[in-house]
Amino acid sequence: MPYQVSTQPPTTPGQEKLPVCPEKEDGRMTPAACTHTPVPSGRLPWFALRAGLWAALLAAVAFLAAPVHLAAQDCLTCHGDASMTDSAGHSIAVDGKKFGDSVHGAFGCNNCHADIKGYPHPDKVAPVDCAKCHADQQAQLKGSVHADSKDHPCTSCHGSPHEIFPKTDARSNVYPLNVPKTCGNCHANNGMAQKHGLASVYPNYIDSIHGFALSKEGLLVAANCQSCHGSHGILSRNNPQSPTNKVNIPETCGKCHAKINADYQLGVHGQAIARGDLKAPVCSDCHTAHAILQPTESEFRMQSTPICGNCHKDKFSTYRDTFHSQLGSLGGYVETARCWDCHQAHDVRPTADPTSPVNPANLVATCGRCHSGANLSFVQYQPHANARDRKLSPGLFYVRLFMNLLLASVLTFFIIHTILWIIRSRYNQVKAGKSGNGGNHA
Amino acid sequence: MPETETTSQTANSATPAERHFVRFTREQRYLHATLFTTFLGLAATGLPLRFSESFWARGAASAVGGFGAILFLHKLCAIVLTIAFALHVKEIFTRAFVNRQKGIFWGPTSMVANWKDVKDVVGHLRWFVGLGPKPQFDRYAYWEKFDYWAVFWGMIVIGFSGYAMWFAPFFAHFLPGWALNAVLVIHSEEGLLAILFIFSIHFVNTHLRPDSFPMDMVVFTGVESEEEFKHKRPLEYERIKASGELERRIGQPAPVWLINFSRVVGTIAIAIGLILLVLTLTAYFS
Repeated sequence: MPYQVSTQPPTTPGQEKLPVCPEKEDGRMTPAACTHTPVPSGRLPWFALRAGLWAALLAAVAFLAAPVHLAAQDCLTCHGDASMTDSAGHSIAVDGKKFGDSVHGAFGCNNCHADIKGYPHPDKVAPVDCAKCHADQQAQLKGSVHADSKDHPCTSCHGSPHEIFPKTDARSNVYPLNVPKTCGNCHANNGMAQKHGLASVYPNYIDSIHGFALSKEGLLVAANCQSCHGSHGILSRNNPQSPTNKVNIPETCGKCHAKINADYQLGVHGQAIARGDLKAPVCSDCHTAHAILQPTESEFRMQSTPICGNCHKDKFSTYRDTFHSQLGSLGGYVETARCWDCHQAHDVRPTADPTSPVNPANLVATCGRCHSGANLSFVQYQPHANARDRKLSPGLFYVRLFMNLLLASVLTFFIIHTILWIIRSRYNQVKAGKSGNGGNHA
Repeated sequence: MPETETTSQTANSATPAERHFVRFTREQRYLHATLFTTFLGLAATGLPLRFSESFWARGAASAVGGFGAILFLHKLCAIVLTIAFALHVKEIFTRAFVNRQKGIFWGPTSMVANWKDVKDVVGHLRWFVGLGPKPQFDRYAYWEKFDYWAVFWGMIVIGFSGYAMWFAPFFAHFLPGWALNAVLVIHSEEGLLAILFIFSIHFVNTHLRPDSFPMDMVVFTGVESEEEFKHKRPLEYERIKASGELERRIGQPAPVWLINFSRVVGTIAIAIGLILLVLTLTAYFS
């Protein structure tokens, strides 16, 4: 028999036969179905004998008056056979070794399968109700997005009911390093996501900086799904109580990124959100929710400038006319200034704020971070100059006008000139009886 | 001179008896080679920066090792071209002021435009539409002078604006702040003009038009046949014949390897230029 109840105290021979309620031994929660009295462990033979007798009596009473405690080894006589199936062909085998190691390993089978009173038992047995013990989790689940899941709400995430481990155990489906894969069973393209029109977030997450930290480095503190979404009480992001509701996102990310959240709260965007102006961006608007990249990576730097441009349209349009943008659009290798290189990423402040890096008083220092030798004249450069705006940038406007007129007039004249010349030369060649397509004489 | 185009099958398969005359010195041919090589390099590396959001720009950048490499090659070509330009200016001044050579700044052999060029433009346009005879050209025709000065002006304008961007903090000592914005506009617009002009107008005027197709070899070999010389530049031919200097201009016909080499190089240069022209136009109008 592979399975041994491991939580039994050192006992006398009399005690060994007694059904034991394990919960009293290790202080874990009491199953509602457990009706057994704790067994005192005796030291003296006479006391042990007396205790044994009392226990035997109690057991006898219990056998008649209360549900039988079915020890695992009893059931495993049949269910320990790995090939055992029900009439529909589903496996009803239980791995006794794994069950014994599991968090519920000390339980008797009918602690959970409460409708089974003995052997033989009916073909149809009632589904196990985890809420008998886990009422809090059940209540949270009922209010969550997973409330109407048709699959068993607990085992979908916690895995095989006979092999459930604590979340601190690497064998657990909800161990931090295993959470993304567990959620990905449904929230990836090949799972429920496709079937139910859910976003396939797993591939995005697993390639993100959080996903890499988790899968490559095995960082237990790296954000996994439940770090942001919670576990049993997952709410839609439209729910104001949800940690992924727009208003709550800075605090949610701030649980780990405390300094960045503090900076963000000081900046114009954080203050706008605090005022209730939901147009302002929160973390996920710039960094995305799942496909979060390392912000120093050129891929992130390339993709996030247009994100600022979603709201700051005129600033983005004028930025795109500049050398910073032209060079930056080519990506990688050498970096040019993006929005946040000058304006800050999180603690964004208005130009008029003396602590803003783009305040005129700070420009020499700000530009000087890249342009060594930047001076007062140099920082007169307009990073958002608009050559099409005569009032804002008159010098630039007329320079551009002149250059465009020069370009247009030179090309117009010479295109007409050259086309006429080609026609005339060819006409003369044909007239002279020359059919070849070449010539040596200008 | 009748306007009928005279014929010979190729300029360079001349009979041994045919005399050849020098049009360009070795230094001038090297200058042109340096100019078009670096210009192609500048255009190929400048266009991805100018149209950095076009579909081909990022591919072109990553093909040579990214933006850093592109800018490095651009600056390298710029330095080489700047040196070539400086040597050319020095040569002009040496010829004019040290050697006291005549005809540099004025006269029929000068690059400087004169009243005859104005009359030639009008006359040529009238000939195009059948309103008059074909004008007779001297050593440098008006479109050749325009090419020269377009490059000369472009060198100064593009060069100055380019160096102003390269060494912006230094130039900021004596340029107003808005000029730092303006130099990018100037550099990119003038660069665009140069690219469009060279790869369409210069290519056709000098090489691809029916009378020169597919390529005018004189800038590669330096010599042209007597027949070609007389036909292309009748005034110059008559002038030096009258002054008795014709014999002094006789040169050796180009060796076969040089002709073949020039054809390959020239074809590649024209092909690159046309590809860049197409890319420029697609990016400009998209």
